[in-house]
Formats: sequence, C-alpha cells, structure tokens
Amino acid sequence: MITRWLPAAAQWLQIDWVLLVVGAWLLIGVAGVLALRRLTLVARVLFPLGGAFGLALAGIALSAALSSPEVAVLPIGLPGLPFHFRLDSLSAFFLIVIGSVSAGVSAFAAGYFRKGEGTPPGLLAFEYHLFLASMALVVVADDAYAFMVMWETMALSSFFLVTANHRIVEIQRAGYLYLLIAHIGAISILLCFGVLQANTGDYTFANMRAQQLSPFWASLAFLLALVGFGAKAGILPLHVWLPEAHPAAPSPVSALMSGVMLKTAIYGVLRVFFDLLDTPLWWWGLLLLVVGLATALFGVVFAAVQVDMKRLLAYSSIENIGLLFAAIGLAVLFSAYGMQPMAALALTAVLYHVAGHAFFKSLLFVGTGAVLHATGERNLGKLGGLIRTMPWVAWAMLVGVLASAGLPPLAGFVSEWLLLQSFLFSPALPSAFLNMLIPVVAALIALIAALAGYTMVKFFGIIFLGQPREEKLALARDASGWERIGMAWLVCGCVLLGLFPVQFIALIDPVTRSLIGAGMADTVAAGGWLLVPVAIERASYGPAIFLLGVAASFALAFVLVRTLYHGRLRRAAPWDCGYPWQNARMQDTAEGFGQPIRQIFEPFFRMERELPTPFDTEPRYRVSVGDHFWHWLYLPLARAVERLASAIGLLQQGRIAVYLLYSFATLIAVLVVVKQ
Amino acid sequence: MTELVGQLINLFAAILLMLSFAMISQRRILSLIHLFTAQGITLVAATVLVGYATHQPHLYVSAGITLALKVILIPLLLYRVINRLDVRWDVETLINIPMTMVIGIALVIFAFNLALPISKLSVSVARGTLGIALACVLLSFMMMITRSKAVPQVIGFLSMENGLFFAATSATYGMPMVVELGIALDVLVGILILGVFMFHIREEFDSLDISHLEKLKED
Repeated sequence: MITRWLPAAAQWLQIDWVLLVVGAWLLIGVAGVLALRRLTLVARVLFPLGGAFGLALAGIALSAALSSPEVAVLPIGLPGLPFHFRLDSLSAFFLIVIGSVSAGVSAFAAGYFRKGEGTPPGLLAFEYHLFLASMALVVVADDAYAFMVMWETMALSSFFLVTANHRIVEIQRAGYLYLLIAHIGAISILLCFGVLQANTGDYTFANMRAQQLSPFWASLAFLLALVGFGAKAGILPLHVWLPEAHPAAPSPVSALMSGVMLKTAIYGVLRVFFDLLDTPLWWWGLLLLVVGLATALFGVVFAAVQVDMKRLLAYSSIENIGLLFAAIGLAVLFSAYGMQPMAALALTAVLYHVAGHAFFKSLLFVGTGAVLHATGERNLGKLGGLIRTMPWVAWAMLVGVLASAGLPPLAGFVSEWLLLQSFLFSPALPSAFLNMLIPVVAALIALIAALAGYTMVKFFGIIFLGQPREEKLALARDASGWERIGMAWLVCGCVLLGLFPVQFIALIDPVTRSLIGAGMADTVAAGGWLLVPVAIERASYGPAIFLLGVAASFALAFVLVRTLYHGRLRRAAPWDCGYPWQNARMQDTAEGFGQPIRQIFEPFFRMERELPTPFDTEPRYRVSVGDHFWHWLYLPLARAVERLASAIGLLQQGRIAVYLLYSFATLIAVLVVVKQ
Repeated sequence: MTELVGQLINLFAAILLMLSFAMISQRRILSLIHLFTAQGITLVAATVLVGYATHQPHLYVSAGITLALKVILIPLLLYRVINRLDVRWDVETLINIPMTMVIGIALVIFAFNLALPISKLSVSVARGTLGIALACVLLSFMMMITRSKAVPQVIGFLSMENGLFFAATSATYGMPMVVELGIALDVLVGILILGVFMFHIREEFDSLDISHLEKLKED
C-alpha cells in the first residue's frame, strides 16, 4: 500500500488524484479553522482555491469517465475495516458534476460571505470544504462502511452549514427537521446495505454485486433504498425539510445542497437499483414512476404559489427530483422488460437532467443570494425592477430561469426532450395495464413542464421586471467581482450543456453501458451535430441549428423593423385608462400571480386567509399556504411519539428505591426465564 | 480431608447467609459495618479453603485482595464517613423488618431452586454453595431497596459484590485474575465516589435521607 504512494506522480492512478483533491479540500478546511476570523484571507484565498480544486476534480473525472474502473483501499477507519474506493464511469460522471458546479459556487462564495452572519468565516470554510470532500467520497465509496461514514459526514457538515445563523429560531427548527429526516434516511440506507450483503458479513459493494437475492429480499432492499435516498432527495412525503432548510442556509450552501447534494441521492439510487441489485422487477419501476410524478406535480404546484424566493426554488427542486425519479422508474420498467435501448434513453435523460439541474439550480440559488445581500429581502412582494440596478445578476438569472423552464437551446430542454422521447416509447411495453397509464403520464409531464415555466416567469418577472416595490431597492448594488465570475461559470455550464448535447452524451454513454448494457452514443453519433434520440427521421434536435434559427429570425425582425419603420417613430404618453396616478403597488404581486393556481389546485393546499372587510381603515390581506402532509402525517406522528414518551416518563419516579426495584424485578424475571 | 474441607466450606457459606440476614434485620449503621467486616472475613476464609483444597494458588491472591479491601480498607473508610457525618445511630427502613425477613426467606428458596440445575453441572468442591451465594446477592439487593439512607445502601451494594465473589469462587474457582483485579478496583473507586456523594448530599439537604433526591426529578 505504502509503496504505491511513493513512486512518481506519473504512475498515479486517476483515483489517487481524486483522493488527492479530496485531501486538498480537507486541508483548505483546516486552514480555514486556523484563520478563523480573518475574512479576507478565507474569502479571497481559501474559497477560490477550493474552486480551483473543484475544476481539477472535474478534469480528472472527465478523463476517468472514459477509462476502465479503478479501485483503491485506504487503511483508515477501524482496524481490519479499511475504506474501499472505486472510480467507475458512474462515479466519474457524478464527480464531474460535483467538481464543475462546486467550482462556480466556490467562486461565488468567495465574494458572498460577510462578517457578522453567524458562524465565523473560517469555520464556514471548514464545513463547506468538508461538505464537498464528503460528497466526492460518497460517490467513490465502494463499501457500505465508507459510504455510510461519508454519507453521515455529508449530512452533518451540511447541517452545520444550514444552521450558520443559529441564533434565529426558525433556522434552528429548520436544521433540526433536516437532521431528523437525514437520520431516518440514513437508517434506511444502512438497513438496505444489511439486506444487500445477504448474510455474508462482507459489506463491500463487490460482494453485494455478486449476491443473488430472492425477489422478496431484493424488493425489501429496493424499498429501503427508496426511502433512504428519497429522504435525502426529497420525494413525497419526505420532502418537508427542503422548503425549510434551503431558505435557512446561506445561498452558496443552498446552491450546493440543491444542485449537488440532492444528486448524491440520485447517485445512490442508481448505484443500488442498477448496479448492486441485479434484475429489477417491473413493479419497482411503476412505483418509482408514480412517486416521482406525484412529487413533481406537488413540487411545481407549491412552487407556483410561493412568495419567498428561496422557498420557491426549493419546491422547484422537489419538482425536478420528482421528474428524475419518474425517469428512473421508466428506465427500471424498460430494463425489467428487457428493452435495454429504451432504458438507456431514459437513463441518459436522468443523467443529463442531473447535470443540467445542478448547473441551473445552483445558478438560481446563488442569484437569490446576490439579490438577498443587495436588498435584504427574500420576499418576492418587496422586490421588483431589479434589472435596472443589478443587470449582471438579472441576465445571469434569465439564463438560469430559461434553462429551468426547459426552453431551447439551454440545458433544461435537452433533458426534458430526452425524457419525453423515452415516455413516448412506453406504449412499446408488453403490458396492457401500463399502456393504459401512458396518456395520464404524458398529460402530467406536460402539465408539470408548463407549470414550471409559469413558476419561472413569476420568479423572474416579479424580482427583476416592473417597478421597484420598495424605496430601498433603488440602492441595490450589483454582484461583486467574484460573484460575477461564479455566476458566469454556471451560466456557461447551462449554455454549453444546451448547445453540445451530442458531446456530453458521449460521457454518459459509458455509464449507461456499464449499468444496463446499452448506450446511446451510436445512435446519437449518427446524427453528427444533431441530437438523435431514436432515429434521424424521428424527433431529432439540433441546438446549434435552433440557436441559428432564433438568431436569424431576431436579426431579420430587427432589420425589417429598422428599414420599414425607422424614421416613422413618434413618442407620446400612452393612454393611462383615465387613471394617471400609477405607482409600484399597482403591479401584479407574487400572490396575485399565483392566485389562479391557488384556485385551480385548491385541494392541494391547506390555506388560511384573512380578508379585510370593506370598512377597515387599514385593510390587511393575508394568505398562507400550508402543506397537508404536515398536518396529516408529521404532526400526528409527533404527537404519538410525545404520548409514548410521556407514558415512559411515568417510570421516572425520582426514588432510588423504585429504580432499584426495577432492576431487582428485571433480575428476578430474567432468572425465572433462564430457569425454564 | 476433602470431606472435611467441603464441610468447612459449607459452614462458611451458611455463616455468609446468616450474616446477610443479620444485615437485613440490623438497623444500626455501626453494626452494619461490623457485620460487613465479618462477611468479608468469612469470604476470605472460604476463598483460602477452596484454594487450599483445589491447589489453585491464584485464589490466595484474590483472598489477599479481599482481605485488604473488604476487611480493612473499606470498613475503615466507612467508619470515617459515618463519624464525620455523625450518622452512627441510624434507623428507619421502608418496609418493616419482619416483613423483609419473610421476603428474604422467599428469595432464598427461589435462589436455591434456581441454583439446583447449575450446581449439578459444576465439578467444584463448593458446588453446593452456589445457591447460598445467589441468595446473598438477592438479599443484599433487597437491602439496597428497603433502606432509605445512603450509607446502608452503599453497604448493601458492597455486600452484593461479596455474594457475587463467593458465587464465582464456589462455581468456577474464581474469575480470571484480570477480571478480579478489575472488580476490586471498581469497588474501591465506587466507594470513594459514593463517599464523596454522601458528603455532597448531606451538604445539599442537611440529611442523608435519599428521599430528598426525588426533588431532582424533572417534571
């Protein structure tokens, strides 16, 4: 082992370099602890350095994605229980996402953190880089022990990041909720690994791959993994922590949690379903499909009615996670029926969306951070017109919003296109029952995509367009230099992912080949620059052509307008409908924008309204939208636990004699049992 | 010769049991300490005898430790504590003495019943005494429950350890030396900590009556 580390760096494997980057992140974190309160050093040196290492990690993973799997064993941890690591194409793909997205977020964070916001900056740097390192190690872990250690490190470091402003009561509550659900998930994952090792006592993933489980045990492992990873990803009904924790965390942290950490849960799902479990059963796919679509619809409907910009984005993340789970379900269905090429298409859509969502959601979250710092407001109702004072942020956010709404030629469109194509194949499934579901599913997907667009129009329009709703918004300052670099990098990611799908699918191809034995690279490559999901004559998409078309028609329109109308321009005051006193309060508000959705989807919400009477001198209107799951599931559960706890509390008498009597009675009872 | 040794061990076991009963019925703390010392002496004698009969030299060592700890050191410590705290003439039990004795007899019958199948498996010379040892443990435990003051409870705890030690000696010729040393250390540290606690309880509540500790309960 030692001898392998000594030779010249030229002989190092790619996985050694990955571990080196992780080590560098940890060292940066330690440096942060040493420079606890020196903000300039931490922000200007440590965070950019961490971002540079993120880029390096993405580069290493890029070359590893196309080469064969590598393993490494680190003799740390418990004696006789070393950490196993393995770098295969799936891990490499997720490392690319982690590395490249974290580079942008780190650059943004370099300009974001300030004094006096709770945790000292050095400690934040430590937690932040520990978080990054643990995420990278989660995706390369090759035994249950290393995986769980890293998984929990990830949960704990992100918990401390979420509670950076720990003096605020809501943030404490959000952190507690997050930690609680993270632990429920971790227990479930642990049990899942326990089932997967099939009583051999060997917890390496290699052993789990070799085990042949009976359908019952395999299904149990599937369900445990679904609950465990679903808790981290935020599927229904384990989603409640997302809309609490994301607004509570500092924006770069929300960006990492939503953009990257949720993806580690997707990684875990793919690893368990397609790699560790050998043959999937068809009903797993159906369950995933139903849960995923329900989550997506729930998320997007709630996103449409939010008035807090970070909560809105959190619900939008729930929606995207739902879509990912639905697509994974489709891949499972196809592969259960032996239709590997279709499964590869669905899985490609999943991985593409993982990368795309990581970029655009991180971009949107860091953008909200910039707005939050410039204005001090998270409430959409107090923003507006910021495109004039913060043009940088506004244009960057516009790209993110378009990508999030799934418009071409950006990242979101490619993955949704692939996803829809794979859904259109589902009539080929040899099951009449499943075929009957398809129209419903297709309608749901269309509805979700449309509502996502609606939500994004609301998000961008209310924040950046129109008139400022508050006086102080005129003083808002645009993003600082480092923040601009970070956002520009994320914008580049969204655009490039949108423009070069063929080249990116070449990276995904080895992953789908190793997981389900089929890939899309051949069909895709046949189209040259065209993205060809199935065959060239069916549903091909050329982003470059599209972009050229859009640009050409814009140019044409511009030229036409200039030549035909130029010089005939007349400026005059528009008709003001007979009401000349217009002010910012007459614009559509966030509540108003979401009102139709609130009406249509009323059964989804638990609404509390306070309507003013006509005679109020100071009329107040208040509406709050609650989550049914909270009242139907979580509160009854909490009350039951409390009742149980107080029943057990009766045992606590405070008298030593009584306590001794308990031990005595137990002893006698045990002795009697032994005697039998 | 073996016959005689066996008889002697049985005798010591009987004395141990008698002393346990005496401790249950004793109200005065000073007498309790005397009884505890006597129990220790009996234990030492029994251990030496078993060691002599079975040629197990390590039993002499454990007998030595017992002598130093339970016959000399701990009683001395307890004397000092009760002198300093001035609680030599303590009374009061939670259940009255005759009632405790009746429960004690039931416990002894239970212990004998329990030890019967185990004794049959054992090859030790002292196998018949396992029931007595168990009875001593249970009786001391009961003493801890029925006393309301701190010092008798501590003595009950120590006497329970005596019973355990005797059980180990009689069933398997004693525990491994490491375990025995560990237990001896435990008892010593335990008694020191309990001593400190007694002073603190006294300081806090002006009494050693542990019913005051009920106030510490969280509502």
